[in-house]
Amino acid sequence: MSNILSSILTTSFAASIIRIMVPILFAALAASITEKAGVVNIGLEGTMSLCALIAVTCAWKSGSTFVGVLGAIVLGILLSLMIGFFAFKFKTDIILCGIAVNTLGEGGAVLLLYLLTGSKGDTQTVMGAWSLPRVTIPVLSKIPVIGEIFFTNQSVLTYVAFLCVILVWILLYKTPLGIRIRAVGENDHAADSVGVGVYKIKYTSLILCGILCGMAGAYMSMSYMTMFSKGMIAGRGFIALAAQAMGRGEPVGVMLSSLLFGFAQALANYVKGTNLPARLVEALPYAVTILGITIYAISTYKRTRKIRAKQEKKAQKKAA
Amino acid sequence: MHNSEYVVEMRGIDKIYSNGIAANQGVDFLVKKGEIHALMGENGAGKSTLMKMLFGMEQPTHGEIFINGEKVALTSPTVAIAHGIGMVHQHFMLVPSLTVAENVVLGMEPKKGKLFVDFSKAIALTEEYSKKFNLEVDPNAKVMDIPVGMKQKVEILKALVRGAKILILDEPTAVLTTQETVELFRELIHLKEQGYTIIFISHKLKEIKEITDRMTILRGGRSMGVYNTADTSEQEISRLMVGRDVILTVQKEQALPTEPVLQVRDLEFTNDWNRKMLNKVSFTVRKGEILGIAGVEGNGQRELVDILYNFAKPDAGSVTVGGKPTLGLHQDKLRDMGISLIPEDRMIYGIADSASIEENVISDRFDEKKFNKGPLFNMRAIHAESERLVEEYQVLCKSPQQQVKMLSGGNIQKVVVAREFSSDPVLIIADQPTRGIDVGATEFIRKKLVELSRAGAAVLLVSADLNEVIELSDSLVVFHGGEIVAYFEDTRKMDEMEMGEYMLGLKRQSPEEVRRVVHEK
Repeated sequence: MSNILSSILTTSFAASIIRIMVPILFAALAASITEKAGVVNIGLEGTMSLCALIAVTCAWKSGSTFVGVLGAIVLGILLSLMIGFFAFKFKTDIILCGIAVNTLGEGGAVLLLYLLTGSKGDTQTVMGAWSLPRVTIPVLSKIPVIGEIFFTNQSVLTYVAFLCVILVWILLYKTPLGIRIRAVGENDHAADSVGVGVYKIKYTSLILCGILCGMAGAYMSMSYMTMFSKGMIAGRGFIALAAQAMGRGEPVGVMLSSLLFGFAQALANYVKGTNLPARLVEALPYAVTILGITIYAISTYKRTRKIRAKQEKKAQKKAA
Repeated sequence: MHNSEYVVEMRGIDKIYSNGIAANQGVDFLVKKGEIHALMGENGAGKSTLMKMLFGMEQPTHGEIFINGEKVALTSPTVAIAHGIGMVHQHFMLVPSLTVAENVVLGMEPKKGKLFVDFSKAIALTEEYSKKFNLEVDPNAKVMDIPVGMKQKVEILKALVRGAKILILDEPTAVLTTQETVELFRELIHLKEQGYTIIFISHKLKEIKEITDRMTILRGGRSMGVYNTADTSEQEISRLMVGRDVILTVQKEQALPTEPVLQVRDLEFTNDWNRKMLNKVSFTVRKGEILGIAGVEGNGQRELVDILYNFAKPDAGSVTVGGKPTLGLHQDKLRDMGISLIPEDRMIYGIADSASIEENVISDRFDEKKFNKGPLFNMRAIHAESERLVEEYQVLCKSPQQQVKMLSGGNIQKVVVAREFSSDPVLIIADQPTRGIDVGATEFIRKKLVELSRAGAAVLLVSADLNEVIELSDSLVVFHGGEIVAYFEDTRKMDEMEMGEYMLGLKRQSPEEVRRVVHEK
């Protein structure tokens, strides 16, 4: 046990948490934006998968990882808009649209992979390895411990992900678009009655979702790994949905819950090396997901009870 | 452009929906500048449709609309807003988690720089209008935390900030307490004095008499004419609305109550927010009588009904019907015991709105032998039963197979009542049985209630409508703060002013006087 502890309390373990949480964070932020607009997009998993493949392919064709990220973002936007198109225009159930994109992401990615490379496993042999630039931030990396964890040799997209936490917060709470997104999500009739185009806002939220999903995919194939391989998303799109729910769709909350999932996964990876049963350990991140959501549900229930009791008291005082 | 004394001029309006229903036929609707104009009619008379066309939510099939003498095509609410028309909907169009100020400026947010919302400007704007029109709101409060009356003010502010000069209010008092209604009327008169024009949709005769200058009455999609409110009596208005004289007092014989049916003893209930909603409530409803429960809403009436029908569990106390305890029994068992419920929220608890009338009326008896043939339904028997009920309860519909949600509010309630009254009930719990429905259906349901009680059912009537509870009940209790504060053995001998004092908690009877309602020696 002390072995495990000592290996956990290292900066490299902390850095691995960051590495693992970034794609979840991107996708959970994506889900937060659509959720606030009242759009339930469960197609994150499939979107990430196809974006991951397209990212390395674009990088390979153009010779630039930057173009790779751009390609992933464009595809992410297109796939998200497709969900909106079928859900809003043709009134398909949006959950079914999400399932369709997930199925497409799983099977379609393999088909595309086979067409592009002749392999059904990964892109490595034909396209080679592609990795986004790793950056060490000058001054900040000199801070003891924290500098080593956060600011040393991280993928550019890692910094972008944390920047996005702030940007999404500003978007939702400080801009007209954010107010409209929240209004549409909560009471679309209210938005409609003052001339806010409900579908325009929903599509906009899906575009933003697509951008973030694209970056999540690109991170997976060009930072987390250096290629696309079949099944590499491994449920991250769904874990992101859980992180979104646990963080109540608030950017900072979403970041913290992504961190928790990152921690659970990193722990599982470390413990694998010990003599604890492997299957049990692999279940850890998913167990944490369930536990996290349960705790979240209980705490919100208690909190609303408390707040309401307080309001009631206030009202009584006022009346007296 | 033509000269006109009217700010709103709707001429020869027809609205025929694609399913062939004619909601408006040849309606003229003319509103003068600076008046409060009532638009009256029963449910389904076409009031809402007409106003939806004025607010751009629907387009007329034929007819012309002039605003300030200028012919307009109101193709969307945005266009209507641009012409100075604002609408306060019955169901508020507000976003609960946003603040009052954010709701007020939604869609026209003031900006700081190019990207950001200028929140202080939004608050200042809200405050400015709030002060100017005496509509007191807290711009920083979240809408979900403010009372209904204030939400309505936010809605009015929203319209005013957008430059509305003509305000449409759709049954604005339906959700307000008496005090809030008084306040609203003061604010509306203030707006009128400043030159605003107000269109007031309602079917409450007293309010119309109190606040409006003129009125247009609709019936069956047609206009019954325009009248000066001051020159028209309540009887006349109701005759114009329903086409016959409605007897506003229910005729009923003296009740002859016999043995106790519903016995409630020392009921206590604390809600989720730790507030005591019922405190030692005891009463008895006897066979053949109607016991009314009066009181300002939110004083424990809803909780009482929930407990009686086992939708909630009391902290302490007992409930028996015909001597048998009922607490904790499934609703199915309560129905077997002959307990009927007309729920307050008919759309949620009263009916399944996408099912047919027929399916709804047999939903409590489909397992009876006569409706089944082996494993299958006996459709012939079911059709016969539903046709009989539709006729007896005068449900206005194409056929019993019609979806319930296609009916008007009054007819939906008749479907509920048809089911609840036709099961030979021993006890009827009627919670706001005529809320929000038209005069004709109201009269019908009230008559039926009296009829059933005289035939031997025990009736517990909960109603926020004071007239209703006084007219229908044989005896009456008043709820205040979760307790019974008064008991009137004979409603015909009681003083309404005195009752008001009990309702507001200014007065209460002694425990001995209240205790009489349990009818125990």
